[in-house]
Amino acid sequence: MQNAPPRRTGRFDGLALLLLGLAVWQAIASWTGGIAVAPPWTTGAYLFDLLGQARFWGHAGATLSAFLLAFALSAVLGLLLGLVLGVWRFAGEVWEPVLAGFYTIPKVTLYPVVLLVAGLGMQAKVAFGVMHGLVPVTLLTLAAIRNLSPTLLRTARVLRLPPWQTIAWVLVPACLPDITAGLRIGFSLSLLGVLIGEMFSSQRGLGFLLVSGMAQHNVPLTTAVVLLIVVLAITANTLMLRYLRVR
Amino acid sequence: MSRGRAVLLVRLALLAGLVALLEALCRLGVIDPLAILPPSEMAAAMIARLASGDLDEGMVQTFSTIAIAFALAVALGTLAGAVLQRRPRLRAVIDPLLASYYSVPTFIFYPLLVALFALGKTPLVILGMMSATPAVIISTLAGLDGVPPVLLKLARAQRLGPVRTLWWIVLPQAMPRLFGGFRLALSYALIGVIAGEFLLSGTGLGYAISFAYQSFDNRAMYGAMLFVLLAAVAANGLLSLWEARLARRRMRT
Repeated sequence: MQNAPPRRTGRFDGLALLLLGLAVWQAIASWTGGIAVAPPWTTGAYLFDLLGQARFWGHAGATLSAFLLAFALSAVLGLLLGLVLGVWRFAGEVWEPVLAGFYTIPKVTLYPVVLLVAGLGMQAKVAFGVMHGLVPVTLLTLAAIRNLSPTLLRTARVLRLPPWQTIAWVLVPACLPDITAGLRIGFSLSLLGVLIGEMFSSQRGLGFLLVSGMAQHNVPLTTAVVLLIVVLAITANTLMLRYLRVR
Repeated sequence: MSRGRAVLLVRLALLAGLVALLEALCRLGVIDPLAILPPSEMAAAMIARLASGDLDEGMVQTFSTIAIAFALAVALGTLAGAVLQRRPRLRAVIDPLLASYYSVPTFIFYPLLVALFALGKTPLVILGMMSATPAVIISTLAGLDGVPPVLLKLARAQRLGPVRTLWWIVLPQAMPRLFGGFRLALSYALIGVIAGEFLLSGTGLGYAISFAYQSFDNRAMYGAMLFVLLAAVAANGLLSLWEARLARRRMRT
């Protein structure tokens, strides 16, 4: 942005937006009489209370472990797959549109198949998380390697760098911006996959808490879990945007 | 044979091979046929369901919901993008939100939307819009940012009015990015609406799949699933082709 306002105005505007958001939230809550959305203050208090309950930590732990496993698998498999498809150009050209197509289809419709194959429980959630997270990591790693300038590799050869130095000093730094972008998207999407998995035919996890809060007409519970997930997702993404920016 | 042709042929052959492999594994009993139907049976189930007409109502529901969500997302997203592009201060506030927007799984709002608007079309349209609109805003901003200032200066020198500037200068320059945004928006609206129907609703194609799953009717489930996936692939494929044609025409002129 060429004419970004000075820092202090930016902070003031951000605060104003936050207050506006809270006011709109409060307005919706009072307007509907609290039957659909709990007001901000109630939600905050309920969330604070929830964070002190052992039952809640059981659910949060289930989501967290499924998510971490799904993200780790997406990252490792995606990097490997992207590396292979990036280096082996023909295979890359063959598979890239297929992967891109898979990215745009409604994968929820495949969740019953995952459940039938993996059974109800942790495995199905993890598999579904990987189905969402794997593709963006693969595609962006592939793009990073394909867009690598040939000059860099030629320079490495001229300098007679041994392979491990070529990888550590040339390949990795050159690909890092795209790869971190892929990991960031993979992070968000594997979380999305795990949560959708928990919202459907599940007995554990934050996604289950959301749906059960609605089924039991426990409005503060649903609102509090939504708030928690939104805050966590935005915080994680902002941190990654700030500290993983290599460019 | 050109390289492009070879890539296409190999891709088709590999995909056909995968389908044949799945068919063989199911027929040989390596994969439990109760869990996954052989592809030929899936296709037969899909044709049977389409012929029986029991998906008709769901199709009308789902496709109309997606169309409304998509149209609203395109209209509101383009408008919001155009406004934000002209208001740097507002944009500085909204930009970080846009950057983080897709890290929040939109589906978690669906239970709240259902509680607000009751089960039906409205929460699904809003869920689809929530998934699709930011993509349009982001691509509109990118498209408008990409119009070279020298062309705008030219428009001013030629004393073009705002409508003509938009039509002759801005749109042709911004169109490729805008179109990319529209394509994403369609696929996000489709994913949002079908996921909403699948998780919690009483109508639509997504609901048809989850209903069949919950009543252990695997044939019906795979039939509906195959249809939804084919429809999604067709919709995305058509827009991709159209986009490629627009790009080619741009190259020629």
